[in-house]
Amino acid sequence: MNTDRLIIALAAGVEPVDPSAGRWRLALSTVAGFAAGLPLLLLLLGINPALAQAAVLPMFWVKFAFVAALAVAGWWTVARLSRPGAALGRPAIALAMPVLAMAMLALSALTLAQADQRLALLLGSSWSACPSLIALLSLPAFVLTLWAVKGLAPTRLRLAGAGAGMLAGAIGALVYLLYCPELAPPFLVVWYTLGMLIPAAAGAMVGPRLLRW
Amino acid sequence: MIAAQRGDGVAYAEFLRELSPLLRGFYRRRLFNLQDDIEDLVQETLLAVHNKRHTYDPLQPVTAWLYAIARYKLVDLLRARAGRDALHEPLDESHEDLFADPAPDAEEARRDLGALLQQLPDKQRLPIEYVKLQGLSVREAAQRTGLSESAVKIGVFRGLRVLAQRIRGAR
Repeated sequence: MNTDRLIIALAAGVEPVDPSAGRWRLALSTVAGFAAGLPLLLLLLGINPALAQAAVLPMFWVKFAFVAALAVAGWWTVARLSRPGAALGRPAIALAMPVLAMAMLALSALTLAQADQRLALLLGSSWSACPSLIALLSLPAFVLTLWAVKGLAPTRLRLAGAGAGMLAGAIGALVYLLYCPELAPPFLVVWYTLGMLIPAAAGAMVGPRLLRW
Repeated sequence: MIAAQRGDGVAYAEFLRELSPLLRGFYRRRLFNLQDDIEDLVQETLLAVHNKRHTYDPLQPVTAWLYAIARYKLVDLLRARAGRDALHEPLDESHEDLFADPAPDAEEARRDLGALLQQLPDKQRLPIEYVKLQGLSVREAAQRTGLSESAVKIGVFRGLRVLAQRIRGAR
């Protein structure tokens, strides 16, 4: 077809679109991903019976802030990756900040602790289960986020897949928070981050295939 | 572009007309030996601009948005090319002796091809028949089969790969 005729065809009856539709779509998938993770948590693990006691400890809220900040930064990164030509610098920094802050807390906790307690701070009582449980709980969010991103226009598919996975991982960790009794910063910075990186790696693998448009 | 998002067709057509030479220049600088593909790519990109116009943020420079899409479509084409060329090469080289044999007549070849194609699932067979044998465009094939355009492209690609493997295995 001739290019001019294509233009006429495209412009004829062009319908208005909402430029913030992308943000809504992504917000919807995020909320739905979290909501869908909850029944999965109740089914598999249940809620931490000591949650009410834990919630009065400042460290519980530091932990919550760590995961929530990663979710917000992840959301921002994915929103940028879904728009062609949008800059990534600041969201990438925002994604690194919570991990750095938690790593510093972890270092100071490890230095202050007795030598024989350091390993316990790092491994807690659930290190071997934590990353895979976070990855498992992030599954609904993973599917929904990829769906949301695919409907927008990612141009760097591997990166967009990884970002979507990272966001899903943070959502999964937010759900897991309701069960997980661990509060030591060394534990959180290693195993929580690892748990979020699993879906991120999976996203990077499937991104180029699933996100094409 | 902002007018286009609001649904102003006249301003939108004007905008797309201004884009075309920009895109033509963009692709001409990057595709030295594929000059034939430039107009296809320009149209492909205009379509993408149209389909993805909701992803343009009015606060963003429109050129950054446009060239990111143009680059994506370029990479997409080159990737498809690379895949197809990789498929051609082994046939050209390793099957030279196949064509050196006393040439089987065209009718027979067509029947063999038909038999081979019958082994493929519809999802791969129909796209190959429409796109490769009847010479329809991907879009037309998509309309006839009811598959999406990308499903047609994938079907052609996978199907050809399976056929190549079968032919190689049969020798």
